[in-house]
Amino acid sequence: MNRYETLYDVMVLGAGFAGMAATLFAAERGLRVAQTGATGGIDFSTGFLDLMAVHPVSEGRVWDDPWAAVEAVTQAVPHHPYARIPRERIRAAIDDFTAFLAGQKLPYMGYDDRNACILTPAGTVKRTYRVPQTAWKGTLALRDKAPTLLVDFHGLKGYSARQIQEVQGPRWPHLKTLRVEFPGSMGELYPEHMAWTLSSPERCAELAASVKEHARDVEYIGFPAVLGLNDPLRTVTMLEEMTGKHVFEIPTLPPSITGPRLRATFDRGLAPRGVCTFSQKLVLGAERDSEGIFTFHVGTGQETRTVRARNAILASGRFFGKGLRADRASIHEPVFAIPVTQPQQRAQWHRTDFFDPRGHAVSMAGIETDAAQRPLGADGTVLHENLYAAGAILAHHDWTRMKCGAGIAIATAYNAVEALTGRL
Amino acid sequence: MKTIGTDVLIIGGGATGCGLARDLALRGLTCLLVEKRDINSGASGANHGLLHSGARYVASDAEAAVECREEGDLLKQLAPQCIDDTGGLFVAVQGDDERYIADFESMCARSAIPCTPLETQQARHMEPVLTERLIAAYAVNDAAVDPFMLSLDNIAHAVTMGSTYRCHTRVTGFRVESGLIRAVELTDDTTGEPLLAEARCIVNASGAWAGNIARMAGASIPLLYSSGSLLITQNRLTSRVVNRLRKPSDSDILVPGGTVSVLGTTSVTIHDPDLARPTVPEADSIIGDARAMVPVLETTRYIRAYAGVRPLVLAGDASDARNVSRGFSLIDHERDNIANFVTITGGKLTTYRLMAEKTADLVCRKLGVTAPCLTRTTPLPASSMGMWTEPGLTARTWLGTRDAHDQILCECEMVSRSVVDDIINTVGPNRGRSMLNAIGLRSRVGKGPCQGGFCGLRVTSHLYDRQCVSGTQGMAELKSFVERRWRGFSPILWGLPAMQADLQEALYCGMMDMELHHPDGSGACEAESPSADSTGERA
Repeated sequence: MNRYETLYDVMVLGAGFAGMAATLFAAERGLRVAQTGATGGIDFSTGFLDLMAVHPVSEGRVWDDPWAAVEAVTQAVPHHPYARIPRERIRAAIDDFTAFLAGQKLPYMGYDDRNACILTPAGTVKRTYRVPQTAWKGTLALRDKAPTLLVDFHGLKGYSARQIQEVQGPRWPHLKTLRVEFPGSMGELYPEHMAWTLSSPERCAELAASVKEHARDVEYIGFPAVLGLNDPLRTVTMLEEMTGKHVFEIPTLPPSITGPRLRATFDRGLAPRGVCTFSQKLVLGAERDSEGIFTFHVGTGQETRTVRARNAILASGRFFGKGLRADRASIHEPVFAIPVTQPQQRAQWHRTDFFDPRGHAVSMAGIETDAAQRPLGADGTVLHENLYAAGAILAHHDWTRMKCGAGIAIATAYNAVEALTGRL
Repeated sequence: MKTIGTDVLIIGGGATGCGLARDLALRGLTCLLVEKRDINSGASGANHGLLHSGARYVASDAEAAVECREEGDLLKQLAPQCIDDTGGLFVAVQGDDERYIADFESMCARSAIPCTPLETQQARHMEPVLTERLIAAYAVNDAAVDPFMLSLDNIAHAVTMGSTYRCHTRVTGFRVESGLIRAVELTDDTTGEPLLAEARCIVNASGAWAGNIARMAGASIPLLYSSGSLLITQNRLTSRVVNRLRKPSDSDILVPGGTVSVLGTTSVTIHDPDLARPTVPEADSIIGDARAMVPVLETTRYIRAYAGVRPLVLAGDASDARNVSRGFSLIDHERDNIANFVTITGGKLTTYRLMAEKTADLVCRKLGVTAPCLTRTTPLPASSMGMWTEPGLTARTWLGTRDAHDQILCECEMVSRSVVDDIINTVGPNRGRSMLNAIGLRSRVGKGPCQGGFCGLRVTSHLYDRQCVSGTQGMAELKSFVERRWRGFSPILWGLPAMQADLQEALYCGMMDMELHHPDGSGACEAESPSADSTGERA
């Protein structure tokens, strides 16, 4: 049977964090999984995994202990996606997720149950739960305000070591910066090309040679995140050996390599698990027959194919992921026409100021589910017994402000797969 | 305190103020123009960019119609670099007032406004986006004008003749003695430095803020503030200006502006000109109304909205009644016992030159200068100050040089690093408190579909590299730049712009926590103790 004729156990709609996590967890349970989705949130990602760091958003209160923050938000926002999931299940979800990545040569680091602080490309500092090991020493350098050299490159736009140094200012006096030519290149640089280049030990040696004499008085060297594509830890380790210093990466602005690294890691790791990926394709429509079997129309517009599945996990994200669509009057969910909880009028969607500390009301919009992640219809009952939803499409969270995007995606995907497996 | 002496102090860097500086300079007077924000920050920068043929006013104000015709013709000859001579259409749709339609041609003839009747099919052939429900169409001589280039070219020409201008310089007080303004107190907002200007004559050309300025000097002008919102479409929908053939009303003009079209406007009375901003209900009402003329306006992608304030001088002021009817008000504050103070306000972008001429005439009378106005005959030289505001020029320049090191910092509008550097190098003391905003005004940075989402960050990094900003100043400028773009972005967030806004929030808040970081540099991780961890690390 070819991939269009297979009756899949589950179809995952979405290829962002939630879609990748759902696909991974389902595949690990031995299910036959099909997955669709165009460029998702993962492609724009820093590679950091946020669990929970800010609550209440309006007060901008930040939490060192993400679990305490989860507890607090669950109390205050009873419909928050975390409120439906036991803590140990959230923990298991994230641990499974990072264990898979570690197995694919993209190990993650973090404190047992504490957020780590890490530099962003703007020079600001954010709290997050897990960071790629290639970035981890950056949290240590920042914590200790250790003597550190930040390197950047002629030709890599939107990344300025000087900016990071200036924004950190007097709080981190032992920061210095250096701009060098990228090995073997001139003109405009692109992170993906740079990452490929630095997979080569010879190019790494050239880079190490150009920074070494400027790094005599520092303990750490921070580079933009272009240090290798498929095995970045190897590149970081090579640079550490060549310079004799601790080396770490700082994410760059999209288009970056930290997101595509994650996507590539999933592509590599999911294929052997038998996942059928309809890459860069969207579900344009879906039907469900009297026995509950879904038929999906998958394609790009000109060419569509049908894919059949016993269950579906909707992990299509918000507006950027095309999981929600806004027209001038309202917000709707395009595939299953699931009711979307939203402010009554468009004038209430957004605040007057973009950076309003309270965040925008539209960010809390989304679909409602039961404890098993099944979307609810207009009457408040489960829409379809075998339809689940995960990730940013869910209502009652503001992931960009609460810093819980990856955590919600991974935990709700896990919860959905648990529920789905229990019913098989 | 530093004192600056000049012949004429002009308050306000809009089209009229800049045009006046040039007019007076051509008559041999030197001016100091002060602007509290930046060139064209008020209504001169927030209008359709329409050079009226006059046809819009033939029914309501024949005199204004004639002025528009004359001024439009003059500017096309004298400032062609600022004008896209598109031509225009007036079109009526089913349900529009048939009497107005029937009278239109003769009303145009009465004001000698060229107007050619078209078959509706012909009009739809010329502009295929017009509705099938057309019932009448006329061709007129409307054109599009780049208001930024216009003001920048005017002030640049004045500067070559010895005048000066200072942006980000606010009037904070007047020293009036014995019926004369002896000095004007200023504050340089870039440095915080107080300044004093001594001038023989002071002109208040501050547009919607004219009432506030006059009040500071002890004079009074009763103004009504009418806020008008406009929408910018992602693509240029028509070759020509398209007007609805009806009594002037809301949402009945669509003006091409380079690669985009501008649709508007509304008219909402507000009580403070600083409060003008476009809203969601206004965006909806503009589209709801204008789609009768161009149906694709219902589904087209919009890039942003913006709002400007028309200052309307209230009737009842008998001495200026004639001027009210002409659309602009020239007030000699002799009437308020201030002999060397003049206000020019109201009017239209199309008649800015005439407004400047009439004002300069009055100023010259007061100063005993007999030199004639030359702006009617002297071409406006193109300057380099406004060149980068032209859509597409930055891309052509970049492609032309093919300098491998010259990166594109704004990908939507193809603005390269060398263009940004050129602006940094030439903007001088007029950078104001925000170099990023100064660059935004003098180029198309931030004006594309991403609305500053990416280019704001990239240009900020470059400003740090160039040492134009230090500490957290660049981040503060970036936040203020994003908020300025948001004013125009937030009313149109459905469809693709909703996706763009989602991404912008993911970047600025989700990725960089910028909402938690304050201008003083304090931020999300201030509280963390640097001590050793009580909890272990784990891989």
